[in-house]
Amino acid sequence: MSVRSELIVAASPPARRTASHASWADRQSVFSWLMMAPPLLFLGALVGYPFCYGILLSLQDRPVAHPGTFVGLKNFAANFNDPIFWRVALNTFVYTGAATLLKMVGGLALALAMNQRFPLKNLVRALLLLPFIVPTVLSTVAWMWILDPAFSVLNWVLVLVGVPKPGPSWLGNPILAMVSIIVINTWRGLPFYGITLLAGLQTVPPELYEAATIDGASGWQRFRYVTLPLLQPIILIVTLFSVIFTFADFQLVYVLTHGGPQNATQLFATYAFDIAMGAGQLGLGASVALTMLPALALLIVALTIYLRRG
Amino acid sequence: MVTGYGPVERLVRLWLPVGFFLVLALFPFYWMAITSLKPNSELYNRHVMPLVLHHPTLKHYIDLLTQTSFLTWTWNTMLVAVVSTAISLVLGVMLAYPLARMRFAGAGLIAMTVAAIYLVPQPLLFIPLADVINRLGLGNTLTAVILTYPTMLVPFCAWLLLGYFKTVPMELEEAARIDGASRLQTMRRIFLPLCTPGFISAGIFAFTLSQNEFLYALIFLTKSSVRTVPVGVIAELIRGDVFYWGQLMAGALLGSIPVALIYSFFVEHYVAGLTSGSVKG
Repeated sequence: MSVRSELIVAASPPARRTASHASWADRQSVFSWLMMAPPLLFLGALVGYPFCYGILLSLQDRPVAHPGTFVGLKNFAANFNDPIFWRVALNTFVYTGAATLLKMVGGLALALAMNQRFPLKNLVRALLLLPFIVPTVLSTVAWMWILDPAFSVLNWVLVLVGVPKPGPSWLGNPILAMVSIIVINTWRGLPFYGITLLAGLQTVPPELYEAATIDGASGWQRFRYVTLPLLQPIILIVTLFSVIFTFADFQLVYVLTHGGPQNATQLFATYAFDIAMGAGQLGLGASVALTMLPALALLIVALTIYLRRG
Repeated sequence: MVTGYGPVERLVRLWLPVGFFLVLALFPFYWMAITSLKPNSELYNRHVMPLVLHHPTLKHYIDLLTQTSFLTWTWNTMLVAVVSTAISLVLGVMLAYPLARMRFAGAGLIAMTVAAIYLVPQPLLFIPLADVINRLGLGNTLTAVILTYPTMLVPFCAWLLLGYFKTVPMELEEAARIDGASRLQTMRRIFLPLCTPGFISAGIFAFTLSQNEFLYALIFLTKSSVRTVPVGVIAELIRGDVFYWGQLMAGALLGSIPVALIYSFFVEHYVAGLTSGSVKG
């Protein structure tokens, strides 16, 4: 039946095709669901279940290795009255906003600079992507040494150009520590922005520039009225990606500052980690992590819809 | 598009900005490399010009390989990355193929769900997941990370492959069906062999992502014998307030080499995946 009905579908005129269409669609769906069942079960067990369990945990007083007791919204109320929590929220927004802006502007500059013909271009592009490839923890260790309080090479250079000795304490000063994590996050994420935008730039038809030039557009006007509007969809997608993963960043801050000094660089993810893994308060930690959910859900839904359309 | 400029303008428009970005991108790696080759007497001497190497030594590398578990960590990292990449590719194909080729009710919803899971960052899940792993008795086993890495890699591979699968023409599969091949045969014998470039792209990404993973490894692996390189370096080469900078830099450099090597072989695939994975979908 199976093979024959398809042979008929393939060979027969449209009238017969509608007749056997129901069984055809049916078999596609059976095959599809059988095929998708293992990965969907896997994701359900290790993403769906922990996600729901996390919501349940956030409503419990749950010290590690003890059974939990249901406390309703008490954890969220505790966060609301915790000044450190508000500091963490502010830090996360400053960090995400500043790093994203820097990556966007820097990435656009990188893409424009690279969108020219020059020798060894592919090698240069490969080298520029290295910060994005190398494991974050390992490159952050290198930055830690660059910013070392006693032997900072950055300060060695600064002193050379006239900054008073011994130079700033990058990770000891609250503002400079925030600046440091923003710069390092930018350093790591900028190539992703740059190379993706470069790919976008290369799809802009040259005729558009020629037409604009003939119409008397200056270089800035060509950028503003030809390049930018055409790049806009890619910029939006890359930015949403970058915002999601910067907002929930953990590695860089955990390695470089541990959230210090005095919680000046503490983000939602590192604070949740400290509470849950350091202090052993799984319920309270889960509630801190879940505070990210509304903003993240909004971003994720936006990007999902946008990706589907694109 | 930019041609016919004089040498001065070319310097300003091309070489200065490109040079700036190159120095910015590469300096930390240069610094890693020369730090790892300096003797301690040079490292911790503020009167020596730090930007160049005066007396190179391999002492830090030898210490790293003989006095720490670095080789074990490297083996663990490779094993975990290879196994979780393989699992993720297989499960990713099982999701992506029906979504790319079949028409069935709910396909749109599943595709959206996969994309959404791909975007869920780990910090949202790590606390409940830690509890789940503990209850399963998987703490301090590589199985813990081999099981959890695919939670981010499967949606990722599925998403990337879905984009790739849609670019493969359907004629061959249709012909195979008419010749009487079952759906499974068509997929395995006809379709999948056509998709090698897609698998290479997805595989490299999954491999680099598992090498980069830190949070789950940090929580689940607390014994030296099961640690991966990032966790081992952070947890064991930084002892209290004492930093072994030479060893740290040697470890950071050696730990980066596998990823950098694989990346250098497949850089075109990587860039293609990077730009299509996010832009096309």
